[in-house]
This record gives sequence, structure tokens and C-alpha cells, in this order.
Amino acid sequence: MNKINALIYFLAFSSGFCIMGIELLGGRILAPYFGSSVHIWGSIITVFMLSLSIGYLLGGKLSTRNPSLTKYGLIFFVASIMVVPIVLFAEPIMTFIFTHIEDSRYGSLLASTALFFIPTTILGMISPYSVRLLVTDHEKSGQVAGGLYFVSTLGSALGTIITSFYMVLAFDVNDIIKTFAAVLGALGLLAIVVSQIKTKERAVCLES
Amino acid sequence: MFRILMLCLLMTLPFSSLAEVIHKERSLYRNILVEKTGDLLCLKFNEKNRKSTQSCMYESKPKKLVFNYTKMTFASLLFINDPQNVLIIGLGGGSLSNTIHELYPSAHIENVEIDPAVIKVARDYFNFIETDNVTSKVQDGRIFIKRAALKKQKYDWIILDAFNGDYIPEHLLTKEFFAEVKSVLADGGIVAANTFSSSKLYQHESATYFDVFGDFVNVVTDENSNRIILAGFETMPSQKLLIERVNKLANKLIPYDVDLQLLSEHLFYTKGNQDWPADTKVLTDQYSPANLLNYQ
Repeated sequence: MNKINALIYFLAFSSGFCIMGIELLGGRILAPYFGSSVHIWGSIITVFMLSLSIGYLLGGKLSTRNPSLTKYGLIFFVASIMVVPIVLFAEPIMTFIFTHIEDSRYGSLLASTALFFIPTTILGMISPYSVRLLVTDHEKSGQVAGGLYFVSTLGSALGTIITSFYMVLAFDVNDIIKTFAAVLGALGLLAIVVSQIKTKERAVCLES
Repeated sequence: MFRILMLCLLMTLPFSSLAEVIHKERSLYRNILVEKTGDLLCLKFNEKNRKSTQSCMYESKPKKLVFNYTKMTFASLLFINDPQNVLIIGLGGGSLSNTIHELYPSAHIENVEIDPAVIKVARDYFNFIETDNVTSKVQDGRIFIKRAALKKQKYDWIILDAFNGDYIPEHLLTKEFFAEVKSVLADGGIVAANTFSSSKLYQHESATYFDVFGDFVNVVTDENSNRIILAGFETMPSQKLLIERVNKLANKLIPYDVDLQLLSEHLFYTKGNQDWPADTKVLTDQYSPANLLNYQ
């Protein structure tokens, strides 16, 4: 496996990790305003599944237009920025919804949409885009997709368990989310930098 | 080896052979069990765990309270006169609500319980009394109090009893939640919390109560059992006032098997006597791993 492919797998793993870490903390963020009944998880899981599904569609579409590692890094970078409002605006958004919607089912559904829809949609774009960057031989496309799902879902599993077992014991919810945002941003930059170096190397090769 | 086996067998006998399950249902949140052991009728949330007993009642003497912590809750009456607006978070079998209603028939009592099945079982098996003054509502306690604060409602006795031996709703044990509770507490009112915290959580819980309410009182009559936290009062009642209140109420509480004199001797004021390290981390909405801390 070449280094670029390894980087793509690693990034997909990390995005899976962050998605489920954020989803898990979603329960914590909503509880003070909407309680901890089953329908809170109903709202959160619905919004995450819905935004991921839309993200897959958009990511697939985007991958048909001059796919590149730079654009791939940009997706991470944008996702990182979109995660930040969860930290900054959760309180006022939830206060507003709480005072305007009496039923905590629809309140929590609206709040999870407001907080998680955009960042999760963008994070959902990563999987199909990764497949596009990794596939070189259409006969192996299924195998590549399988490997990618394996890596990103494994990341999700680890993100869930590490966040819920250990991170909540050591850190504040907002600090964990900021860390996820920072990691996504850093990985995006890394992909962009690697992509630029590669392009230069290729240019140098062509010149000589 | 044989002796140990016999001993184990003997220990399980009173809990297995004599108890008769008279009602069983799976609610949205848990398994609910109503068990009858001789004269004793109990509400349980889990079959396997003895700690999960929520509420019990002697069928022949329904007034008599069974659990020590329920009795200890009445130490609140040493801090307030004639409560008129009572809020109870966590219904169980409704024994607290019933007792308070009998003691103060004109008091408004609002019971808030997250699980509708618990309210139904309390009505059907534990004679939970509902009147114009005594109501119950299916809602998460945190949401109820937040809405009550918006409506500027005030309660002079707030009882927090939403924890059980197995699980603590973590959003009901944070600084922000206690601040909301404080905002619906009437002047001169009191908050009574039944807590199951042990080990590490005990310190965090104490630090959190202290952060919001200042010094508070632990009611502990038996080293091995729960404590009741009494908080939100402005000043500790004088010895004279305590005696006055004991004299006034002690006889009224005898039918409920509450010994107010005994309770008045087991109030541990935290002022100058804090039993947790000063640097203990306060639990907040941002940091509230209460259940994980409780196991440590």
C-alpha cells in the first residue's frame, strides 16, 4: 500500500472516530434541555443517519469532478469549522428551542438538526470520496470499498467506546468536541500539504 | 465447602421462596416488578438485583414507612413550617406523596415521574392518592423544573428522589441543575435529596451541592445506608427551634414510623466540617460522569 493510500485510510478512520464521538456527546449536550428519555436518542440517531445519508450522496457527486487529495483535505477542513458552532452556540440555540417548543420530542429533533446536521453531512462526504481516491482498478472497487468501510466503522466503534468510557471521565464535553474539531482540521491540512508536495514532486519529475 | 453452600442457600431463601410476583411489566425504561413477601408489598425495577427495590408498603399498615431513607426525608420538617407547595421528582410507589398529603391535606403536591408505567403501578398497587391538590406528571425532572422556572413557580419543599441503586440520571446531578432547583425554591424553603452516592461520587456530589447551596446538612442515621442531603435553607435552625418543631410534630409522625427526635440528633451540618477535599471537581453539564464515578 502506498503512503498516500495509507493516509486516506487513516483519515477515514479518524472521521469515523469523530462522528461517533460527537454523536455520543450529543446525548449529553441535549439532556439539560430535553431530558434523557429514549426519544432524545431517537432524535440524535435520526439526524445523524439522515445527514450521513445526504453526505454520502453529495460526496459521491463531488468525487466525479476532478477528484484530488487537496479537495479531500478541504472537506475535513470545512467539517472542522462546522463542528465549532456546537461548542459556541449550543446554549443559545437550545434555550431558544426550549422556550418555543413544549414537546421535548420535536424540541430535541430540531435542536439536533440545528447542531449536528451540517457537520455530519460534511463528514458523511468523506467515505465515498475516499473510495474514489483509492480505487484504481474497477475489479477491485468492491474490495476497496469494503476495506474503507472496515476502517471507518472501526474508527466509529473506537470513537464510541473511548469517548464514553474514558474521555467523559477526564474532560469537559466542550473540550472533547474542540479536540475533535482540531484533529479534523489538522488532518485536513495534512492532506492538503501532502497533496501539494506530491504535485511539486510530479512537476519536478516531469521537468527532469 | 458444604457449610458455605448451606449458608448461601439459607441466605437466598427469604428472597426467593417467599416472595410472590404479583405484577410484572416491561416499561420504556426498565422492568417493573411488584412483589409480595408476606405482608410486605414492594416495587422493584430489576429482578436480579436486591438493591433495585424502589418502594415498599406493609399491606396491613399502609401508613408505616418501610425504608430508612424515606423516613429520613422527613427531617426536612425540622427546617420549614407547614409546607404548602411540594415538588417531588421521582414517584416510586408514591409513599412520600401519600404521607405528606395526610400530614398536610391542604398542601399542593406535584409528583414528577419520567416513567408512566411507574405512576400506573403506584395507583394500582400502592394506593397512590391523587386529588385536586395532589397531581402527577410524566416528565423528565430537569425539564419540569426548567419550565417551572420559566413560569416563575416556587416550591417550599423540593424532594429529589430520582436516583435508584443502579442508575443515576446524570443531568440531575450537576451544578446547573441545582441552580435551576434553587431558582424554584421559595424563600425559607428546603431541598431534600435522596442520594445513593458511594465512594468517589460522594465527594463530587457534596462539592456540587456546596457550590450551589453553600453549607448543607447530611442526615445519616445508619452508617451503612444512604444519606439525605438537606440544602437551600438560609440559616441552620437553633437548638431551641429544633426542639420546638420536634415537640410539635413528633406525635403526628409516629404512625409513619418516623422518629423526629432521632432525626434531629442525626443532622450533620457541613459548616466547618466538610468531609470532602476542597479541590474536588464540581459536577457540571460539561462534566458529569456520575455513574462512572459511583463505581470507582
